[in-house]
Amino acid sequence: MMAGGASAVGYETFSHEADIGVRGCGPDLASAFAQAALALTAAITEPAAVAAAVAVDIDCCAPDPELLLVDWLNRLIYEMATRGLVFGRFEVAIDGDRLRGRAWGEPVDPPRHQPAVEAKGATFTELRVAREADGRWVAQCVVDV
Amino acid sequence: MAMQLAPERVSEVEWRIPAQGRMRVPAVIYASEALVRALDAKVYEQLVGVASLPGIVGAAYAMPDAHWGYGFPIGDVAGFDPEAGGVVSAGGVGFDISCGVRTLTTGLPRAAVESRLDALADALFHAIPAGLGSTGAVVLDDAAMDAMLAGGACWAVDQGFGTAADLERIEAQGCIAGARPDLVSARAKLRQRAELGTLGSGNHYLEVQEVAELYDAATSAAFGLVPGAVVVSIHCGSRGLGHQIGTEFLRAMVVAAPGYGIALPDRELACAPLNSPLGRDYLGAMRAAINCALANRQLVTQLARRAFAKVLPEARLELVYDVSHNTCQEEVHQIEGRERRLFVHRKGATRAFGPGHPELPAAYRPWGQPVLIGGSMGTGSYVLAGMAESERRALASACHGAGRSMSRNQAARRWGGRLVVDELARRGIRVRGHSLRGVAEEAPGAYKDVAAVVAAAEAAGLARRVARLVPLACIKG
Repeated sequence: MMAGGASAVGYETFSHEADIGVRGCGPDLASAFAQAALALTAAITEPAAVAAAVAVDIDCCAPDPELLLVDWLNRLIYEMATRGLVFGRFEVAIDGDRLRGRAWGEPVDPPRHQPAVEAKGATFTELRVAREADGRWVAQCVVDV
Repeated sequence: MAMQLAPERVSEVEWRIPAQGRMRVPAVIYASEALVRALDAKVYEQLVGVASLPGIVGAAYAMPDAHWGYGFPIGDVAGFDPEAGGVVSAGGVGFDISCGVRTLTTGLPRAAVESRLDALADALFHAIPAGLGSTGAVVLDDAAMDAMLAGGACWAVDQGFGTAADLERIEAQGCIAGARPDLVSARAKLRQRAELGTLGSGNHYLEVQEVAELYDAATSAAFGLVPGAVVVSIHCGSRGLGHQIGTEFLRAMVVAAPGYGIALPDRELACAPLNSPLGRDYLGAMRAAINCALANRQLVTQLARRAFAKVLPEARLELVYDVSHNTCQEEVHQIEGRERRLFVHRKGATRAFGPGHPELPAAYRPWGQPVLIGGSMGTGSYVLAGMAESERRALASACHGAGRSMSRNQAARRWGGRLVVDELARRGIRVRGHSLRGVAEEAPGAYKDVAAVVAAAEAAGLARRVARLVPLACIKG
């Protein structure tokens, strides 16, 4: 979970009445995005319990970092839905308006993963991508589940 | 000057935030004092946002089960006039387009089911794909996908899933006009390819219920509900197709809004003019998703019928009604004495036509539209009937469920799934689910008091209570 300091890396889910918020933090934008993806998985299942058996490459482009976060999470949701996967590890590189990422995961196994919800889509609610006063980056939004 | 977001009390069950600042119309909340006190302040902010959108007519309405959503609150009703610059909002419909409830009678009393209830719960759990990653038995190729998106439950019946009699008891007779499968993206179709006939997860369910209490014997009889009878309620939506359409159009509307001259107070309110290419495209795709949801509930119904046939072959599952509670529908309403054609967003709200409405099946016309209210696993559900006053109160709308009172995080921290299953079992309610954590997040204590919600809806003139249903068995994703 989250810790303080400019070098802190971490993720958490946060409360929303109907749905669930996902938040990632890191020393740079890309690591905050990777952590936000872990928070998305945490809304569904325990990320540490997901094996890195297959990798999926993701490439997206958006006019601003907030839209890029929504696109990144929505692509992960789409890949999970169409491939029947859950992801437990992420790598992200961001260059200007372009994100190139890789997600590692495995086919969802309900008895083992105990998936609590199905993510429907990332929303613009509580959407925030920003550098905090302490220097770390935060990337968050509410996900409809 | 700061906005005054605390609502003014108008009556026992009506509250109002006067139009101010950027608001074009007031916000109206139908709820008891206790329900209003429990509302998250974010609901007021979201209502004010909705009330500020171009072309909104009357007010931004919140139903008694309203809670904090994304963009529009859950439990919101808002009508827009295309001739007055009105808009359509993908976030105002929600990702789970046409999520809804259908209730079926079984023709059996509880006594005939009681001894077979465990076997029935197991058979239903086995027959109906539910939960993350589940797939349906019907995999659609491109042509079948388009036919399903154009035909809805009518397509499903044509394919042998149910009978023509089912269609009479579905909103729009099972198929909404104006669907444009060609405007549904390849990604949305791929996401749906193997998801038809699946329940989903989260708050979706299939419940076997007993009619526990009647509030109006004549209307109950017209709806086929008798005391002690066993019924089945199914709560699910348009599955991956709707989710993807919502995702894509929400983004497109965020990007396009400035070009349409729409200043969004928050991007979550993204919308497009009804009379714009993007607005029209969304309506066409959204209607295809409504048909997808109607087909999906029809397939799940047929799976439930097969499961019943194995365990209780004497059961006859017949529809009471099928209502959607995440839609934008084109309707004619009386506004200040004149008819206006509006596009009514109901997000977590149910259409509730009063007696005599021409869209109702003839058998229901004297009584008003059945309004199906899903409660929590423990507390039960309600069947209401639309009231004449609802037209003037909230564009003929009512609540849709209990509404959450606690976040998923809080619920999961507070209750273990096993605890919830065991506690419900002690009360005679069988729960079958793929995820104990999912059950914990849906614990009855995480929801508002559904009895208070429907009492407020009735007192406000939105819909009146007809029958209360209590759960006997619940199938969760």
